[in-house]
Amino acid sequence: MSLVSTRRRFVQGVTSGALLLAAAPWSAPRAASQAAVLSGTEFDLSIDALTVNYTGARRTATAVNGQLPAPLLRWREGDTVTIRVTNRMPVPSSIHWHGVLVPAEMDGVPGLSFPGIAPGETYVYRFRVKQHGTYWYHAHTRFQEQTGLYGPIVIEPRGGESYRADKDYTVVLSDWSDSDPEHLFATLKRQSDYFNYGRRTAGDFIAQARRQGIAATVRDWAPWEELRMDPTDLSDVSAATYTYLMNGATPARNWTALFSAGDNVRLRFINASAMSFFDIRIPDLGLTVVAADGQDVDPVTVDEFRMASGEVLDVIVKPKADRTYTIFAQSMDRSGYARGTLTPQAGLQAEVPALDPRPLVSMADMGMSMGAMADMPGMADMPRQYGLGVDMQVQMPRPKLDDPGVGLRDNGRRVLSYADLHTLGGPIDARDAARDIELHLTGHMQRYMWSFDGRKFSEASPLQFKYGERLRLVLINDTMMTHPIHLHGMWSELEAPDGTFQVRKHTVMVQPAQRLSYLVTADALGRWAYHCHLTYHMAAGMFREVRVERL
Amino acid sequence: MSSDYSGDAGSLANTMGRALLGAMLALALALPAAATGTEPSPEMQADMSYKDMAGMMGMDDAAAFGKVMLDQLEVEAESDHTLFSWDGQAWYGSDYNKLWLKSEGSPNASDKSDARNELLWDRIVTRWWSVQTGVRYDFGQGPARGWAAAGIEGLAPYWFDLEATFYVGEEGRTAARLRAERDLRITQRLIVQPEFETNLYGKPDIARQIGSGISDLQLALRIRYEIRRELAPYVGLAWRRDFGATAQFARDSGAAPGALLWVAGLRTWF
Repeated sequence: MSLVSTRRRFVQGVTSGALLLAAAPWSAPRAASQAAVLSGTEFDLSIDALTVNYTGARRTATAVNGQLPAPLLRWREGDTVTIRVTNRMPVPSSIHWHGVLVPAEMDGVPGLSFPGIAPGETYVYRFRVKQHGTYWYHAHTRFQEQTGLYGPIVIEPRGGESYRADKDYTVVLSDWSDSDPEHLFATLKRQSDYFNYGRRTAGDFIAQARRQGIAATVRDWAPWEELRMDPTDLSDVSAATYTYLMNGATPARNWTALFSAGDNVRLRFINASAMSFFDIRIPDLGLTVVAADGQDVDPVTVDEFRMASGEVLDVIVKPKADRTYTIFAQSMDRSGYARGTLTPQAGLQAEVPALDPRPLVSMADMGMSMGAMADMPGMADMPRQYGLGVDMQVQMPRPKLDDPGVGLRDNGRRVLSYADLHTLGGPIDARDAARDIELHLTGHMQRYMWSFDGRKFSEASPLQFKYGERLRLVLINDTMMTHPIHLHGMWSELEAPDGTFQVRKHTVMVQPAQRLSYLVTADALGRWAYHCHLTYHMAAGMFREVRVERL
Repeated sequence: MSSDYSGDAGSLANTMGRALLGAMLALALALPAAATGTEPSPEMQADMSYKDMAGMMGMDDAAAFGKVMLDQLEVEAESDHTLFSWDGQAWYGSDYNKLWLKSEGSPNASDKSDARNELLWDRIVTRWWSVQTGVRYDFGQGPARGWAAAGIEGLAPYWFDLEATFYVGEEGRTAARLRAERDLRITQRLIVQPEFETNLYGKPDIARQIGSGISDLQLALRIRYEIRRELAPYVGLAWRRDFGATAQFARDSGAAPGALLWVAGLRTWF
């Protein structure tokens, strides 16, 4: 029926779904595998509206130089780069260099770093590139990242790449909606489960009761009902509105990367989505992770890994000469996927795996003990410590760095967890933290309020860091959602549960009921953003200013 | 602000240690900077109000939203005639404070027409409940009545949407209204909604044919299909019963005090 076929087109996109733009010369169709690349030390970027068509409907996106994703910027470690960004839209805009350590006024957060880029104006970003690896850039104004303003950055190391690769591709994952993001956000405020078409039904109850008996099923369902929480609450926004893109290509359009016999292929995965977690694998191919968030790690080979919005992971694969592979990135809620193809010959494609079954969050995932469940009514109106924008607090937060996360445990594949990541060379600063700052990640799904410590950005004072100090940020996730927490301007050096250095990140994924900590050296003066990288959580208040000052 | 910091022992040894480390670090940082001769202190953006900053970022977490809901746009089939009714509400406001408009009624032949309208200030007071205060205005059958309203609305355990409101009117009239409903999903789009509603009055209002005590009670079961979330046609079964003097008034006017009716309608919101 038409409903079904419409739906399929929605999720997969239309095959001919190329970017459409009349005027700009750079919009000429290009082969899917060749991302537009700009390299050198001088760059001119122009932000403008772009007409796109991913689902059969024409929509207006936000693009850079007529490209979505924005062009790949290739820099060299140690160079000073100058990037002139011109805003050709009728509304203000900005570009933030995600994970790149720059002086505060170059960080691109309007209101904190600079006033933003007014319509028709050009802002000149100029800074010395002090690091190497894979990063990305995106708008930090309103919802322009959701509508397409994101692109990859590859910074070549001074001493050459540590890992030999014959082919090198950036793989930018994103989530496109034909709906205006203003409408998506307002919809979440009006009905927060609007996009969740995976809720438990009467049929699920009956099926479970047949398997486990009625008593056991009631025991499983009752705590959720009592808490007014939903075990299917994995992603606020789903493929009900999103089409997932790989390098700007819908699954139907099938982004393709070519390799030759014997090649080592480096794939630089960037999760540039507004709201999505992707579980990525290439069936029948081991993925050797060599860098996380741009930082080289001890190589570790896995079958699959999860990436939160904002995270970056470099893998090296060695495909067999004679076959074609699918790069499969399913959303955490299993509502849809992005995919591409890795092949020795253009035009071939491999089987696309079925989506995994949709996982359910368990009470244990939420840090609730069995004893606690017996005491549920008391818990439902827990201490008012964190105010009215909080629907739950976990009782037993755990570090669980070795937990790949809901839906990835015991799936028969070797799945990466943070415990597998070890940044080469140890921490940037050997000092222990002189003090701890503990922050709870808090929220209220029904009211669609998100915050740190129950206080939205508008209700909170900046976090004060003393210039030069080494401090520990302890994050406790009191919500049932996973949150990617991104600190601008400084590294987040994640600790193992025993206090030893684990991995250096710019975006740290915090699972429900997880308690993790990382060390930060406050070596960057100025005002910085610190926030959940899920766009609508940030807009709803899960954002803080960090001030690094000489105190 | 201060609660963002967890405890810091601040012993003398600690302080001295940190001062020493700080000095060492400052030196360490100063040396390479001096060597390359770059990286001046950034120019800090000047402090500004939250509103100005939110405006610049385009990120105002205190912004107001609104929603208009027509929960029931309904036809009920009685043996001899058809009755139309509506039940809806609208809100506008922030996470903490909203203005609510609630309206319910039936625009039918004069002796049956009836409407209840409320304008309320909704303020969240706990994690699941808000207090609503404002005014109510009834018109239709008999003389119009004005009330002051105060109540609670929220989500109870087991996902019950509950409303309990008390009213004080002129001439010592008092009233109360209780309503509960929840959704039961048969599939992702086929949803059964049981609803319970009752009205109580402190004293009779003969002109509006209302007795004191429990005046009426309604139990309904509606099954809707969400073509999309915002658009759902439904059918259902509603059992309504008048009690006490209200029932007597009904009998006197030749109507049955209770009825089991088929209903059909549309649920929509935007």
